[in-house]
Amino acid sequence: MLASSVPAVQNARFEYLLRLGDDALILSHRLSEWCGHAPVLEQDIALANIALDLLGQARMLLTHAGEVEGAGRSEDDLAYFRTSQQFRNALLVEYPNQDWAYTIVRQFFFDVYHYHLYQALLHSTDTHLAAIAEKALKECTYHLRYSSEWVVRLGDGTPVSHQKMQAAVDELWMYSGELTTPDAIDLAIAADGIGPNLLPIKTLWAEKVTAILTEATLVKPAQTWMQSGGRSGRHTEHLDRLLAEMQHLQRTFPGQVW
Amino acid sequence: MKDWPLWEIFIRSKQGLSHKHVGSLHAADAQMAIENARDVYTRRNEGISIWVVEYIHIHASTEDAEAFFDPANDKVYRHPTFYDLPDELRHI
Repeated sequence: MLASSVPAVQNARFEYLLRLGDDALILSHRLSEWCGHAPVLEQDIALANIALDLLGQARMLLTHAGEVEGAGRSEDDLAYFRTSQQFRNALLVEYPNQDWAYTIVRQFFFDVYHYHLYQALLHSTDTHLAAIAEKALKECTYHLRYSSEWVVRLGDGTPVSHQKMQAAVDELWMYSGELTTPDAIDLAIAADGIGPNLLPIKTLWAEKVTAILTEATLVKPAQTWMQSGGRSGRHTEHLDRLLAEMQHLQRTFPGQVW
Repeated sequence: MKDWPLWEIFIRSKQGLSHKHVGSLHAADAQMAIENARDVYTRRNEGISIWVVEYIHIHASTEDAEAFFDPANDKVYRHPTFYDLPDELRHI
């Protein structure tokens, strides 16, 4: 795509921060749905910890986004009063939990991207974002370790766990490409040094995922076509249901606090 | 998960000198036990070092406490309380 044909994007930085914040927020919410329902007590706590880490990142990112937008919107305004068309998360993170295999594969695909993203954001020209990245990177390092190990344990586990993992990999694969496929906003952000060039991250993502899937004796899907739309607000039906739950209380009693 | 052994967890805090027993959990192997312990028992900055010991490797005294430990109760000469410390050493 020639630079001259990239449409001017207003508020690119605001849009970009929404993407980062919404990824963390929606994935955090999905993980929180496991709280009290996980198959093993220790993993119930582990997922809740990861959910809280991501929620903390979402809060920082959405607060920063609101400041950048300059329209007086707080983190809560952005989280609770936008419609699904206004959310900018990748489609992968709104995918329902389904079962443990789907949850772990979704987490793993996201964590590889998240880890390399924050590594790159350490050098962002937006110093506030770089500071968020420094804190988040410590958390994401552990998230990646956690999800990688579970992919290997379950993939190279029993015949039943292997089969469930392969089914999850096959289904979620087409949602993985959106994370590292740049669009006009990503290109504008990278040109300003605010965000990274996604293509090196795409390569790193492929390397790590291939290595772990191989160790887990899982087959990497050959499919190359990828779902997209989340970054422009074109979401699956799952996001509306998720937001109905997540936003219900604030929308019913706007401005209420604990 | 019903095959997962039980592990006793010991944590040493940053300022601590020894690992203290904090609880137990189930895990498939030692590595998972350490990570589960990290997730469950160090959420509030409780420690910087984790020991996990599989339950079957812990041997505990089972005898009647009174009879087994009684002979130590009345041997006051085993306690170092009969020395007059010089003033210079009083705060050792």
